[in-house]
Amino acid sequence: MFDALTARLSTVLDRLRGRGVLSEENVTEALRDVRRALLEADVNVGVARSFIESVKEQALGSEVGKGVRPGQQMIGIIHSEMIRLLGGEGNSAEVDLSGSPPVILMLLGLQGSGKTTTAAKLAVHFRSGGRKIGLMGLDPYRPAAGEQLRRLAERIDVPVEVARESEDPVDAGVRILSELKAAGSEVILADTAGRQTVDEALMNELASLRQKLNPQETLLVLDAMTGQDAVTTASAFSGRLDCTGAILTKLDGDARGGAALSLRGVTGLPIRYVGIGEDLGALEVFHPDRMAGRILGMGDVVSLVERAAEDAGGAEVLAAEGKRFIEGEFTLEDFREQMRRLRGMGSLQDLVGMLPGQFDRALTGQEIDESSIVALEAMIDSMTPEERRRPSILDGSRRRRIARGSGRSVQEVNALLKQYSMMQKMAKALKGKGRKGQMPFPPMFR
Amino acid sequence: MAHLRSRVALGLARTRDLLLTDVTDLFSGKTALTDDLLDELEDRLLEADLGVDTVMEIRDHLQNDLRAKKASGPDEVIAAMAEVIERILTPGVPPKEIGADLDGRPHVVLFVGVNGSGKTTTIGKLAHAYRSAGKKVIVAAADTYRAAAVDQLVVWAERAGAECVRSHEGADAASVAWDALDAAIAREMDVLLVDTAGRLHTHRGLMGELEKIKRVLAGRLEGAPHETLLVLDATTGQNALVQGEEFSKSVDVTGLILTKLDGTARGGVIVPLARKLDIPVQMVGVGEDLESLMPFDAHEFTAALLKQETA
Repeated sequence: MFDALTARLSTVLDRLRGRGVLSEENVTEALRDVRRALLEADVNVGVARSFIESVKEQALGSEVGKGVRPGQQMIGIIHSEMIRLLGGEGNSAEVDLSGSPPVILMLLGLQGSGKTTTAAKLAVHFRSGGRKIGLMGLDPYRPAAGEQLRRLAERIDVPVEVARESEDPVDAGVRILSELKAAGSEVILADTAGRQTVDEALMNELASLRQKLNPQETLLVLDAMTGQDAVTTASAFSGRLDCTGAILTKLDGDARGGAALSLRGVTGLPIRYVGIGEDLGALEVFHPDRMAGRILGMGDVVSLVERAAEDAGGAEVLAAEGKRFIEGEFTLEDFREQMRRLRGMGSLQDLVGMLPGQFDRALTGQEIDESSIVALEAMIDSMTPEERRRPSILDGSRRRRIARGSGRSVQEVNALLKQYSMMQKMAKALKGKGRKGQMPFPPMFR
Repeated sequence: MAHLRSRVALGLARTRDLLLTDVTDLFSGKTALTDDLLDELEDRLLEADLGVDTVMEIRDHLQNDLRAKKASGPDEVIAAMAEVIERILTPGVPPKEIGADLDGRPHVVLFVGVNGSGKTTTIGKLAHAYRSAGKKVIVAAADTYRAAAVDQLVVWAERAGAECVRSHEGADAASVAWDALDAAIAREMDVLLVDTAGRLHTHRGLMGELEKIKRVLAGRLEGAPHETLLVLDATTGQNALVQGEEFSKSVDVTGLILTKLDGTARGGVIVPLARKLDIPVQMVGVGEDLESLMPFDAHEFTAALLKQETA
């Protein structure tokens, strides 16, 4: 996620990090590079300009605190400015569903931005919060748009009604609303037709739809890969229809971050959710501070741990495992378990993006091959339970058997064992130092 | 065709206004091409999605060329910009003409692109264009992933008067492509258009699936697919460059189609794309109806972008 921007910024910030003094000259020079990095990432020109001005003002006006290196201070300023740009600290911007049901959320956006898929993802998200969801499809224009929503709804088993062919979308909205209400839906998600322009006819249609449905929120759905111009269009779209929040989609691509960074600045809308994958569960609540961390290569360990915990069925499991790791009781079985979990958590590329810069950068541009994990698993699977617990008993003949059993070569089995023993050594070293953190990333991913 | 051109012009209106009005404004009362002025101009071009590298090239060109000529009025600046942009946009290989240049029988065209770029809609329009040229067209619904993508393509095929080969949702995309090519050969079709599921170029497994579709097509008919067209959303920013590169690496893209150019401020990203990739822009999509697909013309596009009268 945002790798290109992160790499560019890291280079600039690394140069600053070493500086003893912040002079107007080196601040200006660094900020010129930051500006260019932002523009290359499709950040709106105006947003980039005010961002740079604000950072510069603070950097030159600030007293360097005791024990803080000036370079660090500068990075701190950029970090906090970026958080502000993305919506402010701690402003996790979940939609408020506490109103009297049914709470209606209306989705709108440009064509192909991902409204229909997002509607289904939101349904999954809110349902896991224990709400009864209803989906409403109000796009009679795009061929099979209603059908798409219907199929998605069936897949996730959520009630759905769509506008009939040639039915007026506003009439359809009113009709479907009363039907879903009667069926007891507590949260209703309305998918609408997309357009490319601030087209008067569609704007009027959406405006009267908004009036009839009276949604709690009107959410703008925006493709994270959107360029400068289209962000401006989207902004006009949202201004005309009084949007209250935004959802960024397709963040699992290598979008450059421009849309994410500009959206708030250009439209003033808080980003509420982000879409991060093809799977209908791939939607996250947006956290400005975490996103800023990711963009600046500081990683987003909080999200990583949350995802891992969700996946492992609780933080305790992870904690226990971490303890075993530190105590040097980490067996090949634990190792395999971790591999499996890792694969279950989503794309590795994505996970690596959440790691702090020093790991992330070591891995950037290098193949992260998911199939190598499958191979590792296969080799561990081919061992006996005894061998997994006590790899020291693995002599040449056992290794050959494992290689045959897993369809790999003996060299690969040897490499696996070598990696495992390295991890054990690192664990012991950590134990010796008696501190947590700095857990090295297993070398097999490099 | 004339009304389509005006639609492109309309689509580019905001880009054009942005550039032109500002250029004119910037120069009001000034005669020298100062650095401040160039900075301002740079910002305007960036806002039009031309991308940093391209903008720098234009800036250098303006600086050297115009200063050498001691020319600095708005007209000269616009003319100089047009010159650079058109040069970048003019492809080494001229784009194929619809209906002519059919390499195989059937002539097989594979469509690829990220989610929501407009592949299915574009296939509908292209099917119509081939039909209008008197060709027998069949489309393959090999997007077996997105819910109701097949239904969407079926509607377009009906509108265009093309035949359609489909399977169920979740079917193997490559086998749908194979079956469609089989059918195309058996029914003596002129053209086969293969729709695929949108995929982000960062998902390696999904890119592998595309490579497989391509292999399968080549296995059934030597030389197929004769064209592999990457469909790009004109509202995309500089990410379009990476999409172009990554899809090319996987399936060797032969041409680009830029969709949704009928919007308000669109298409600037074509310029850096053409600059970076050696792949011609074949066509542009400018609307929602069957007729709204037209060949790309560098000169016209530049003129529309900069509001010059075409000769």
